[in-house]
Amino acid sequence: MHASVRPAVSFNILPTGSSTAAREPAADLTMRMTLSKVNFFYGSKQTLFNISLGIATNKVTALIGPSGCGKSTLLRTLNRMYETVRGARLEGEILLDGQNILHQDVTALRRRIGMVFQRANPFPKSIFDNVAYGLRINGSRVPLSEAVEKSLRRAALWDEVKDQLHKSAYELSGGQQQRLCIARALAVDPEVLLLDEPCSALDPISTAKIEELLVELKNLCTIVIVTHNMQQAARVSDFTAFLLTGQLIEFSPTPHLFTTPGDPRTEAYITGRFG
Amino acid sequence: MISRLRWRKFVSGFMLTMTGVCATVAVSVLFLILGYLVFHGGSSVSWNFFTKLPAPVGETGGGMANAIVGSAKLLLLATLIGVPIGFLGAIYLAEFSGRTAAFVVRYAADLLNGVPSIVIGIFAFSLAVLPFKHFSTLAGGFALGIMMIPITLRSTEEFLRSVPVSLREGAMALGASKWKAIATVIVPCAYRGILTAVLLAFARVAGETAPLLFTALGNRFWSPGWNQPTASLPVVIYTYALSAYEDWHRQAWAAGLVLLGLILVINIVARGVLARGTSVSRS
Repeated sequence: MHASVRPAVSFNILPTGSSTAAREPAADLTMRMTLSKVNFFYGSKQTLFNISLGIATNKVTALIGPSGCGKSTLLRTLNRMYETVRGARLEGEILLDGQNILHQDVTALRRRIGMVFQRANPFPKSIFDNVAYGLRINGSRVPLSEAVEKSLRRAALWDEVKDQLHKSAYELSGGQQQRLCIARALAVDPEVLLLDEPCSALDPISTAKIEELLVELKNLCTIVIVTHNMQQAARVSDFTAFLLTGQLIEFSPTPHLFTTPGDPRTEAYITGRFG
Repeated sequence: MISRLRWRKFVSGFMLTMTGVCATVAVSVLFLILGYLVFHGGSSVSWNFFTKLPAPVGETGGGMANAIVGSAKLLLLATLIGVPIGFLGAIYLAEFSGRTAAFVVRYAADLLNGVPSIVIGIFAFSLAVLPFKHFSTLAGGFALGIMMIPITLRSTEEFLRSVPVSLREGAMALGASKWKAIATVIVPCAYRGILTAVLLAFARVAGETAPLLFTALGNRFWSPGWNQPTASLPVVIYTYALSAYEDWHRQAWAAGLVLLGLILVINIVARGVLARGTSVSRS
């Protein structure tokens, strides 16, 4: 049914702005992931309502919205991290390259979809072992030291840590730890990288470094970022989805959403009237 | 008004003094016991005490080499039985079990922890002594092992639970299976705490006498292999202290001193291990 990598996209999964104005033509976008009619429940409480959304290949898609709107939950459906919570249940369909992720082996899926969390969570191991972790548990045959160097370079951390690879990861600063976590996720060459408010605990300089990094990384993989910070969404993302109380209110190319929002609620949020 | 204030000050001062006195009593009991043991048994702790067999009844001198080795063998067995079961059970409890199962296991472990050691002795006696018709090191180790299970299990569980969720998620998000995440991240994170738990469980059963009385029994000679009755420090203290000989009393004090010394050392080592627990291993 979904043999094609480029699924026939229906209107509502595409960024809405692109269908109206003369922006990027929608036909040129391939979708790395497609969500259709996703409903999500914690026990009997529904937290996501009928969300359909396409995540374009090699682009940055930002999820914004006030606290509790379900943006982190939505992100966690993409690599099925929600399954670690008892009583969590998902309805609907999420495709990765045309294959329904709900029917795949979850460990194999998570190797293809990396994730970076709100607070840097390096393992209590050396810098080297942190980056090598994903390769080791997957029994990768790649020479480890080369792969570690490559990942650290991609995460723009190599020059700062190359002489102390065997030091504990806990000796790094917060921003460095977060970039280490990005390097750790990149080491297994994921197709998609999910970031859950990756800069919310960082100072502006570290934040700027990570934002720069994201713009470069989209050549390597598809990025989905949850952020509280609207300026950040505007700076780094190509598409922005605005969520409110578990519903997808608006999904447009980022410049479009921030300049001419189509929904009054979006406008109210981005102009700071709530949230 | 003034007298009322004075009364309040008096009550406050009195209560403060009482708490201080009680705290001092609590601490000094340990030192009192230690001092008493050193006073009575110190002179009997000699090279011979550690290397010689007990002297025949009526002769003075001799040592407790067989009891020391016997205790070591019993504790080794107990550790081999209690630690794997407690450790793996704790992993199940902390990582896999549902709410009901966890409640049942935890409650059962707490109850087992509260079972009087003499009852555990009878249990081991009926299970590991009666069917074979003789007392043995194995039966004694079995009894002590049962006692180690709940102690290891509950404290290991606590330490596993204290590993931050973010580390579990980090490992799972990289495609680690649950078991891989436990083996490569969670247990390495908690291993100092787990080691402490094991040491404390070890120290706790090292002094147990009741479960050994009718499992390992006792022995005035070496106990070869695992299938014979064996001497052990706590049981030797028990029998010697009840005897009619002055020299045996002195040796019982000495054995008590050695046992307490051993337990103190284990406790101090365990605290030391835990105190360094927050630092991160270098590889």
